[in-house]
This record gives sequence, structure tokens and C-alpha cells, in this order.
Amino acid sequence: MSEGIWLRHELGVFKLDASFAFGDAPGVTALFGASGAGKSTIIHAIAGLLRPQSGRVTLNGQVLLDTERGIFIPARRRRIGVVFQDLRLFPHLSVRSNLVYGMRRARLPSSNPALRRTVQLLGLEGLLERKPSMLSGGERSRTALGRALLMNPRALLLDEPLAALDAPKKAEILPYLERLVHETKIPMLYVSHSLDEVAQLADRMVVLNGGRVVAEGSLFDVTAQLDLFTGAHRLPGAVLEATIACHDLSHGLSELAFAGGTLIVPAIPRPVGDKVRIRIDADDVMLALVRPEGVSANNVLPAAITAIRQDGANADVQLALGGAHLIARITSRSLERLELKPATRVFALIKSVTVGGREQA
Amino acid sequence: MAAMAGLLTPAEWEALALSLRVAFVAVMAGLPFAFLAALVLARCRFPGKALFDGIVHLPLVLPPVALGYLLLISFGTRAPLGAFLLANFGIRFVFSWTGAALASAILTFPFQVRAIRLSLEAESAGIAEAAECLGAGPLDRVFSLHIPLAAPGILAGLVTAFAACLGEFGAIITFVSNIPGETRTLPLAIFTAIQTPGGEEAAARLATLSIALALLGLVLADWVSRRMRRIVGA
Repeated sequence: MSEGIWLRHELGVFKLDASFAFGDAPGVTALFGASGAGKSTIIHAIAGLLRPQSGRVTLNGQVLLDTERGIFIPARRRRIGVVFQDLRLFPHLSVRSNLVYGMRRARLPSSNPALRRTVQLLGLEGLLERKPSMLSGGERSRTALGRALLMNPRALLLDEPLAALDAPKKAEILPYLERLVHETKIPMLYVSHSLDEVAQLADRMVVLNGGRVVAEGSLFDVTAQLDLFTGAHRLPGAVLEATIACHDLSHGLSELAFAGGTLIVPAIPRPVGDKVRIRIDADDVMLALVRPEGVSANNVLPAAITAIRQDGANADVQLALGGAHLIARITSRSLERLELKPATRVFALIKSVTVGGREQA
Repeated sequence: MAAMAGLLTPAEWEALALSLRVAFVAVMAGLPFAFLAALVLARCRFPGKALFDGIVHLPLVLPPVALGYLLLISFGTRAPLGAFLLANFGIRFVFSWTGAALASAILTFPFQVRAIRLSLEAESAGIAEAAECLGAGPLDRVFSLHIPLAAPGILAGLVTAFAACLGEFGAIITFVSNIPGETRTLPLAIFTAIQTPGGEEAAARLATLSIALALLGLVLADWVSRRMRRIVGA
């Protein structure tokens, strides 16, 4: 039987009917979608806190749920770590007692070196004797992460663990999450509606809309698709992987090499050869039919149009640059004026690049 | 101590000690049942819950004399239940201080249930789910989460119920009578003093003592619950 998730559940007008691959390999699968898309229902069903009307959940070759065969392993025996959006730390227990709560119940000795390692990994050394009410928001998130990790879970479900934090706190936690992703081999399902978080952490991406999976695949492929969302829920742009090719310290710039050419970006404090994730928002890409002369943009790359999707006054244009894909958002008027069609060769002017923090091992 | 001892007569000291003993046994014996009832009321949904809730709260509105009568006809030595307990376990409630404790426990049961239930309901539902995902079964969750988190309510309920026990009169005098040294608690001693010619002074003394005890109980309940809430961090 194949690994993965298949769930069908109806609750009033809400209808969930989703199936996707998860758990057959380590790495982060992002579950992406607007609120009300069914993300939390999926998390609850996988964790065993909700019994769907029909479904199947298989992880590490073990069937945790199969409504057809009448299998329902209760949550406490699933060994799935969950980090809830509201964290749900035990308020009467110290950080240390919170951390070992799941460990003890999994019959892992609390002298386990994993405890010391996790405390170190999450920077919780000085906080072990504190009560959760004496922690900052970021420290609470880290404690919840540690508690879920230490039960030695077969998979980790993260339900918007950063949603309650403001931007600086998020920036504080993300590096910890990245380290976690690299140092553990646990498959993770990361629920988010922030493409920034997803771009930094995820390997694969599952996009939900109205209770259905509308796209599934590698992060790079999914973010380069045109027709996933409409209106406010559209993805803002493509995520690419690039290597730091060289630094131009006199101008404070770095040069990145990616499948579609090279990009000049503000200096990245990383050694040459490191891999980084970059995001190029569709609004930051302009198109020209001929190579423009005398423009301020540093990055002008030849590209070929692969698809076009018009949506009212705007048009999203999918571009192929070598093996990489980008999306440019232009006005429908420009689309007509330039007579852009699939296969038209253009030049993409990239005004801005968001560099994610993720290193590739 | 000698000066204190002179404040009350030996018989009055006896009544005070008996009152404290009855109240202590009553609240301690009632606590496990009160916790279970509160847990059921706070966490479960089932048909007939309103009726169950009503029965739990019945002692609040039932005339204590009526309860004393009900206890008398169920636990009297000639009543089936009373005869059974006496024959098999040698337990006799009528005309014994344990009967006074039983009546007090039933009458102050709602105080305990209410305080514990409020505490349990204040616990966010998600905490139990988080514990479940970490491998904790239902009984484990009761001991590792619900009891410690409800501790402020449990203690507040205990102290309130204890103070209320000290005031029980109707059910006790009906069920176990007014036997000096056995069932004559403070309120019964006050009643006896009033009935006795020239006992006004004793009645006033005992009434003042009762007021002081009741007040102390309420203040203590409040203090304990605030202090526990801080310790628990809830």
C-alpha cells in the first residue's frame, strides 16, 4: 500500500476531499492555502484528533487510519508530533517537564542524549526551569517544537507554528526551524499561508483550495504554475534555487547562478558555493521584446513565454529561462501592445529578488 | 492555652472539635465524587446531562430536614440499606458522628462540584488534545493535567464546603439527633443553649465563634485559590 494521505470529510457546507503524498521521504511538505481551505482539518485527521467520514493515512508503512477496513489508531498511539498554532504548552509544568512529557510516555529515558541535543538545537538551555507564562512568544514556540520532537515522532505536523508571532519573532524562529529540518530525518507537514516561510523551508508543496488539492509537487514547480489562485489568494511569485557564484564586495553585491542564468543581488553573507532559495515576485518582473539599453535594473535575462493567463486588467505570464520558471505580472494592455504569445522570446527585467535563508546540505 | 481554654466550657470545646472533625471527614470523603461529577459535567456531553446537573445541585435547594428524613429512612438500622451496612460491615450512620459527616458531605457536595467544574472549564480544551498526541491516555490526562490545573478550584471548593459543613443543622438533628459528644456539633450546641434557661450567654459565645469560623473559611478559600492559580501558572 502506498504511503500518504487520503481524506474525505463533510462538515456542514465545508467539504474536504484531499489526497496527497506525505511521509515516504524526509523533508518538508508545505500544506498551503487560504484560511478555510481545510488545512487544520487535515492536520487533525492525520494526528488522530478527528475521525474523518472516510480516509486512509499511511506513514512509515503503518496504516494509522483506514475507514474501509475499520482501522483507527487513536491519537495517543500514533506517535505523531504536533505543533499547534496556539502551541498548547502545559501551563503548570516547567519547560523541562513540558519537553519530557511525550518522551516519558514513549518510554524514552529522560537521560536520553536527545534531550540535551534538542535543548541545544532550540536554544532552550537557560529556560528549563521556567513556566511557560514566563517565556517570550518565540521561546514558547521553541518549547512546543522541542516537546513534539522529543517524543521521537514518525512525522511532525506543524500547524502554522509562526502565525502568532510578529515579523521579528518569526525571523528569530525560522533559523531554528531550518536547523531542525536539516538535522532530523523526520518527514514534516508544514501548514502555512505565508509563502516566505514556505519558500525557506519546504521541499514539496501541496496547495489546497476549498477542501481540494489543486496542485502538488516540488516547491519550484508548484510556485511557477499560473492557474492556482485567483484574486487575493494568488501566489506572489516563483521560488528558485541558486548558487552563490561570486561576491563583488566593492559594490556590496553577490552574483547568483541559477538554471536560467545569473542574477546580481545585494551581498549575501555566505561563502561562494552555498545554495540559496530566492523568490522573484511576479510584480517585480518586467518584460521587453528587445534587450533594453540604459536601464537601471541589473538583471536582464532572455526568456521564452510558456503560458499566459489573463485575469481582468492583469495578465500573468509564465517564462522559461533555461530550466527555471518565472512569472511576470503585466497589464492586459501591455500584453496586447507587445503581442505576447506562448513561445515569444522576450527579455525579463528583474527589479528585486528576495533571498531566503536556506542552505542546502 | 489556659486562657483560651477558659473561653469555652469543656462541652463547648467538644462541640467545636466534633464540628471540625465532621466537616473534615465530610469534605474529604466527598472530594473524589465531586471531582468525578465536575469532570463529567465539564467534559462530557450525554443525554440526561441536565437531569444529572440538577441532581448534583439538588442539596442546594432541598430543605436539609427533608434530606435528614430521607437519610433516616434509608440508613436507619431497620431500613434495608442501613441493615445491610450494619450486618455486613458493622457501619452504622444513625445517631453517630459519621452520619453527621454523611449528611454534611451530601449537603455541601454542590459547593465542591461548582468550584472544581469552573476550574476544569477554564482549562483550554486544546491542552488535553496536545497531551493525547504526546501519548497520554484518559486516566493519565486526569492526573497529569486536569487535577493539577484544577487545583485552585479543588482547594477553594474544599475550604468553602468545609465552612458550609460547620453550619449544617437541619439534616444532622433529623438524621443523627442531638447527642452530646457524638453528634452535637456547634450549631446543635447553639440550639441546645437557646433551649436551656439561662443559656443566652453560651449561645452568644458559640454564635460569635461560628461567625468567626465562617468568615475565616471564606477568606482562606479566596486566598488559597489566588495563590494556587499563581503556582499553577494558569
